[in-house]
Amino acid sequence: MKDEKIILTVTANGVKYEAEVEPRLLLVYFLREHLGLTGTHVGCDTSQCGACTIQLNGRAVKSCTILAVQANGAEITTVEGLAREGALHPVQEGFREKHGLQCGYCTPGMIMTAVHLLQTNPDPTDDEIKHALEGNLCRCTGYINIVESIKWAAEKMRGNHVSR
Amino acid sequence: MFPASFGYFAARSLEEALELLTKHGEGAKLLAGGHSLIPAMKLRLASPRYLIDLGQVPGLSGVRVDGDSLAIGALTVHADVASSDLVRQRLPGLAEAAAVIGDVQVRNRGTIGGSVAHADPAADFPVILTALAASFVLVSPAGKRTVAAEKFFIDFFTTALAPNEVLTEIRVPLPPAGAGTAYAKLGHPASGYVVVSAGALVVRQPSGRCASARVAIGGLGSVPIRATATETALQGQPLNPEVIAAAAAKAAEGTDPDGDLYASADYKRHMAAVYARRAIEKASERASKKVKTRMEI
Repeated sequence: MKDEKIILTVTANGVKYEAEVEPRLLLVYFLREHLGLTGTHVGCDTSQCGACTIQLNGRAVKSCTILAVQANGAEITTVEGLAREGALHPVQEGFREKHGLQCGYCTPGMIMTAVHLLQTNPDPTDDEIKHALEGNLCRCTGYINIVESIKWAAEKMRGNHVSR
Repeated sequence: MFPASFGYFAARSLEEALELLTKHGEGAKLLAGGHSLIPAMKLRLASPRYLIDLGQVPGLSGVRVDGDSLAIGALTVHADVASSDLVRQRLPGLAEAAAVIGDVQVRNRGTIGGSVAHADPAADFPVILTALAASFVLVSPAGKRTVAAEKFFIDFFTTALAPNEVLTEIRVPLPPAGAGTAYAKLGHPASGYVVVSAGALVVRQPSGRCASARVAIGGLGSVPIRATATETALQGQPLNPEVIAAAAAKAAEGTDPDGDLYASADYKRHMAAVYARRAIEKASERASKKVKTRMEI
């Protein structure tokens, strides 16, 4: 029984996958190495930095701290699943418009957390954005522009005119 | 970092989980959200031979009123405890504690039962649940027993859970009219773990005096401690800032915390008084507010 592989079915970015995995495989490595979805990054690998943030059944979670087998039957969205027919998601657009990244390593996680925030709070204050990003670390010290990017996206998603 | 190899079972019912637990004994660990267990396994601080995943077991999550208690399923994630209308209206101190655990992603995945069963001395739920006189429902093949928080937390990462038991529910008595609850935390600025925290339940008489109080402090020992000297000093007294501050000053009485790299023992004792005062003040303030009925909201 020990080491026995488990058959896993997940839907990632709308595509259904079935795979046989070791129980100890972490979800982030399943996404990156089995499904080729390398937009999800491994940063600290200790559930602190948030670079591995994805949506699991509609909630932002850290995929380095979840076993792939725990996601059996789940719907997953990664950063690759945000754009629609070539059009960036407003949060992605916001990061481009407001220069919300420098090296870009933390960006997929920042974006996935921000998408989750704007789903539950379409008009967050600066403070609410900062609290929502508590679990995402940026080592380029780009937080000010990250907050600006998310505000830009929030405004666009509320259908308001956005000045560039 | 990868966990060591293990055998994995996704239990489909509580009965199946209990069967597997009985079969595999101490070599098996129960997996809920995994936000304490998986990091420990990645660091090889834990290497269970078998994991029994409770994630697909129906009926273990959600918040409901059951008699004179709030019953919270063990698999309810922190974010759902924090946002539950029932918890926010009836036990705001519990919602407050749930909302300051870890970060957004952790709260979306970590469970109240997992946190309680893990019994980390720097965790938030054990402290507020001790203050609120919560109890835990433990189910084994032999039946069910309910253990009070104060009897449940035994030592660092050690609880009254037997190897063949599953924690299924957290039961929190609904406070009487005129009661208020609150949680105040000094978190480590980097990790967010508790340096010192305080949970309070204050029952106020119509006269404004304290009918009774329960205050629990985290960070001063291996398990949450009851600040009994503080509770006694509040009893029967008017709930004004002077009385609260004098009572809170006794919060660390009888404790002998270890100092560490971040906080000396003296600092922790001092902060216990500060955070006890904040929790009692807020609980007392909430106790003085008229309870809103559904119609008034």
